[in-house]
Amino acid sequence: MCGIIGVIDRTMSRMDGSHIKRALSLMDERGSGEGAGYVAYGIYPDYADCYAIHVFFDNLLEPKTRVDAILKQWGRIVHQEEIPTYEQPGLKKEHIPWRYFFKPFTDLVVGSTNPDDDNVTNLVMAINTEVEGALVFSSGKNLGVFKASGWPEDVANFYRIEDYKGYIWLAHNRYPTNTSGWWGGAHPFNLLDWSVVHNGEITSYGTNRRYVEGQGYQCTMLTDTEVVAYLFDLLGRKHGLPSEMVVEALAPPFWDEIDEMPEKKEEFMKALRLTYGPALMNGPFAIVVATKDGIVGFTDRIKLRPLIVGENGSKLYISSEEAAIRTMDPDVDTIYMPRAGEPVIGRVVE
Amino acid sequence: MAEPLVIDTKGMHYTPLNRQIREAVASGVKEIVLNNVLGQRFIGNGLRGDAKITVNGVPGGDLGMFMSGPECEVFGDAEHAPGNTMDNGVLIIHGSAGDAVAHSMRGGKVFVEGNIGYRGGIHMKQYECKRPILVVGGTTHAFLGEYMAGGLILVLGIGHEPAVQDRGIGSGIHGGEIVIRGDVDVKLLGVGAKKVDFTEEDLENVTPVIEEFCERFDIDPKPFLNTNYSKIVPSSARPFAGKYTWE
Repeated sequence: MCGIIGVIDRTMSRMDGSHIKRALSLMDERGSGEGAGYVAYGIYPDYADCYAIHVFFDNLLEPKTRVDAILKQWGRIVHQEEIPTYEQPGLKKEHIPWRYFFKPFTDLVVGSTNPDDDNVTNLVMAINTEVEGALVFSSGKNLGVFKASGWPEDVANFYRIEDYKGYIWLAHNRYPTNTSGWWGGAHPFNLLDWSVVHNGEITSYGTNRRYVEGQGYQCTMLTDTEVVAYLFDLLGRKHGLPSEMVVEALAPPFWDEIDEMPEKKEEFMKALRLTYGPALMNGPFAIVVATKDGIVGFTDRIKLRPLIVGENGSKLYISSEEAAIRTMDPDVDTIYMPRAGEPVIGRVVE
Repeated sequence: MAEPLVIDTKGMHYTPLNRQIREAVASGVKEIVLNNVLGQRFIGNGLRGDAKITVNGVPGGDLGMFMSGPECEVFGDAEHAPGNTMDNGVLIIHGSAGDAVAHSMRGGKVFVEGNIGYRGGIHMKQYECKRPILVVGGTTHAFLGEYMAGGLILVLGIGHEPAVQDRGIGSGIHGGEIVIRGDVDVKLLGVGAKKVDFTEEDLENVTPVIEEFCERFDIDPKPFLNTNYSKIVPSSARPFAGKYTWE
């Protein structure tokens, strides 16, 4: 059991983190105090064209020297600083959160339609597998993940997330069941523009992991959810599928449902299921994924985890509990439960 | 009659709230009004007696869990599993509810005016005079009455044609009955469920339930007493006999 909530303001009007902190804290019982986190989009307007690389360092000596060297080899560090944190009695500071604003050298990667993203993906994988005592947990432009082992309100106060303003927020309260809680295992999981929060477990993790590792990704977070971020990056960015189609590949309709579809749709769904068989996710899950362009929420096909949607004007909310949405926005005017496997999409309007 | 006890629950955690409710009922309070409820879990948990609780707002999960006797009326939606293992009494929800409504319920009534989520009435049971009843005014999602062992689920499907369109109805059902307004496509039935004729006798049996539901929500019962229903029951007492055991 975990608690998730996400919000987008489709007009890109920015909200500070105080509301989502209250909403996530309302779902304290969905976690165990071993992991909570937040991600916000649009928080670094002064460095909007830089990749914001957030790193957990065990110390600022050897691991940081090695990360500095890797970054300087692959691009230019425009600015760097320790992420401001504020001591909390209920939270043990086990790592030093650091951030780099980074511009990759574009000419280092060839044969790619988005060399900068590939460059950053490569160096994230390199740091996370090769540098002891350093873990990159956020690597997108103009966005940042803030997470730790602790209760939702403690983690929020540790980073003072009310000081950040974003047009998309996702938040997660973790109840680790299959692997132990640690800072890197808290959600959201992020790679480049993709951030994922997840309630449930992905029992197909082994198959999915082998599939993404065959495509150059490395799983290093000791828990299943990170594979979802890599699947979205692979299907959504590298293969260029729209969000609806990514969800159809990861949580497709049952074969008997496909059999009853109109012929063209049936043919397409069969092709999609066969092409992306190893990307299909099994097990109970409710997931919200964000990119700079929007958010998408969906559940497993037999709905073994809760998901509820709220709308109020330009704002779309997706959460485990209705009360959490109403905590963020008492005036929310539409509340509904999406059908299992059906994507709920909120896109920014330019 | 004594004045009701009114509690403003704004920002209150469920533990002190439930303690206050229990103490009040133990001291003889018959009516409690909870205002500004938002997300507090386990309201009325294990409560006994004949008190009446009015909830204004959206209560958290497991509303009325193990409750035995009281009546709880919610003016708002409910989250997951209201009526979880409820033993006796009534839950009346003037809104919709989440997944696993009436989970493992063993007695009493749960009335939901709007829709419910997935797995409504999962593993409801019955024993001798204990027969739980779940009535849904709107529609329900998949796996209605999953692993159902007893009791009655009635779906009126007001504003929905067909009343239920999700799959897996009565998946693993081995006791009790599911009654749905209108015809139900057999392809929506789960493993172990079968559709049988809805007889005059069946209508007589559900008539008092329909009348009580309609009275609670101020709905005209006539259209629901003069229409067709589908009745879904177990095809055998052991639907998975060959799946988990071998002779």
